[in-house]
Amino acid sequence: MALVAFKKQPDKTSKQPSVERRSVYTTKDCNLWYGNHHALKNINLDMKEREVTAIIGPSGCGKSTYIKTLNRMVDLVPNVKTSGVIEYRGRNIFNKEFHVEELRTRVGMVFQKPNPFPKSIFENIAFGLRIHGIKNKKIIHETVEKSLRQAAIWDEVKDRIHEPAYGLSGGQQQRLCIARCLALEPDVLLMDEPTSALDPVSTLKVEELIRDLKEKYSIIIVTHNMQQASRISDKTAFFLNGEVVEYDDTYTIFNNPADNRTEDYITGRFG
Amino acid sequence: MENAQKSIRTDEMIKKIPVRLLKNKLYKGLFFFAAVFTFVLLVVLLARIFSQGAAHLSWDFLQNFASRRPEQAGIKAAVIGTLWMMAVVVPVSLLLGVGTAIYLEEYAKQNRITRLIQMNISNLAGVPSVVFGLLGLTIFVRVLFLGNSVLAAGLTMSLLILPVIIVASQEAVRAVPKELREASYGLGATKWQTILRVVLPSALAGILTGSILAFSRAIGETAPLVVIGIPAFVAFLPKSVFDPFTALPMQIYNWTSRPQEEFHFLAAAGIIVLLVILILMNSVAVWIRNRYEKKY
Repeated sequence: MALVAFKKQPDKTSKQPSVERRSVYTTKDCNLWYGNHHALKNINLDMKEREVTAIIGPSGCGKSTYIKTLNRMVDLVPNVKTSGVIEYRGRNIFNKEFHVEELRTRVGMVFQKPNPFPKSIFENIAFGLRIHGIKNKKIIHETVEKSLRQAAIWDEVKDRIHEPAYGLSGGQQQRLCIARCLALEPDVLLMDEPTSALDPVSTLKVEELIRDLKEKYSIIIVTHNMQQASRISDKTAFFLNGEVVEYDDTYTIFNNPADNRTEDYITGRFG
Repeated sequence: MENAQKSIRTDEMIKKIPVRLLKNKLYKGLFFFAAVFTFVLLVVLLARIFSQGAAHLSWDFLQNFASRRPEQAGIKAAVIGTLWMMAVVVPVSLLLGVGTAIYLEEYAKQNRITRLIQMNISNLAGVPSVVFGLLGLTIFVRVLFLGNSVLAAGLTMSLLILPVIIVASQEAVRAVPKELREASYGLGATKWQTILRVVLPSALAGILTGSILAFSRAIGETAPLVVIGIPAFVAFLPKSVFDPFTALPMQIYNWTSRPQEEFHFLAAAGIIVLLVILILMNSVAVWIRNRYEKKY
């Protein structure tokens, strides 16, 4: 069978048994409806910390909906109903006592289209600190620099940190948005097709960044680009029509999928 | 030979081009005429007002109170009175208008009741100003015993321009990209923080532009003032919002309705003062729009 090229990471086998990773997100029988449309059907997934989990699947398969459920961003859509449980570090995110503000502080999100605020580069990063009541100028300055360094964009913007963020290129804007999340030192980064609006060079930079960030953060990334999933992720979940068809090590998904539909999708027979 | 195989004939299409070009010119001429017509009317109106009123414009005219003798009559009470009224209108209508717009856009559920309220607000913008005058007369003058005071007139005018401010603010709030809201919520911001730090700053230019145009309307409106019984002949300045006062349009209206021709010239001079104030306000609106829109 002709599967997409997949570079096996050299440290892959040696890494696997060494550490017992805890779960960040455990999804149990999760369903979601937009009005009458059943968008997520009985999702069961267990995502580990400090791994990159990729979610792939054709348009309309529910992958974006699912990642937006993980930080309850779907709440913004009118007429959304959910059932089942999604546990973040053992706490049900649908529980009323778990405020969405806390969840979204611990879980950062990077969106499909770079969405910096119409403010300066500095204020974009400081925004998260300010809304959480941090006023100390020294802390804010240090955090802004640290976050921009972590997002590998510091050298490009350090001389124009007080200029409007809209002056940056698309790829720089997206890394700025990643830095904006990092400023709050989150536990998890959710990325909803973060490179779909970027050119190939910017895409590569963001992918390199994701590989670096994996050391400290758990990353869940939705992508329509299968090569990207195979390049950067440890685990891959394949969504189709609102269901999880297969969830396994990325290597297995791309080289020895258990389900025919997964194989058809990754070999480009549909989607 | 080749043409015979084609279902459309290029040479015939080309023959029609002159006719199409003629039509093209015709419509251009039509629209040009419409624009010239409007412009000429405006020039005639301004020329008439300036030829009658310019001679009466003087420092004394701005400094004097109303008088039975035209040569001593001035517009001080009306100008100051209008400023007092606007000191009530601006904060009241902005707070209520922007507040309502934010509630409708950000908080209200999109159901039948919201749509009904929305439709009513849009319709209120078209209700004649006399009707708002009657409303003001009933509520502020009669029920709340505010009489013909600055407060009564200011509140009535606020009601009059409220629908316009609400609709303009709603449009400005709606125009803020949803991606910006998502970015804010995604960082753990509450709804109020998102509104205060993301939505309002982005919508500010639109809100202020719409509001200043509405304020201009409040300055020029006469009918509600007549209905709630604002006097035209006032020889003192209000000391608080509970004092009686007069406003520019009332003064102009009073002068035009007098038999002596001298007063008609004074009315023209008053109109010039009113126009200058309106042009200044509209310029501020344009300046705000240019200044804040450049940022994005």
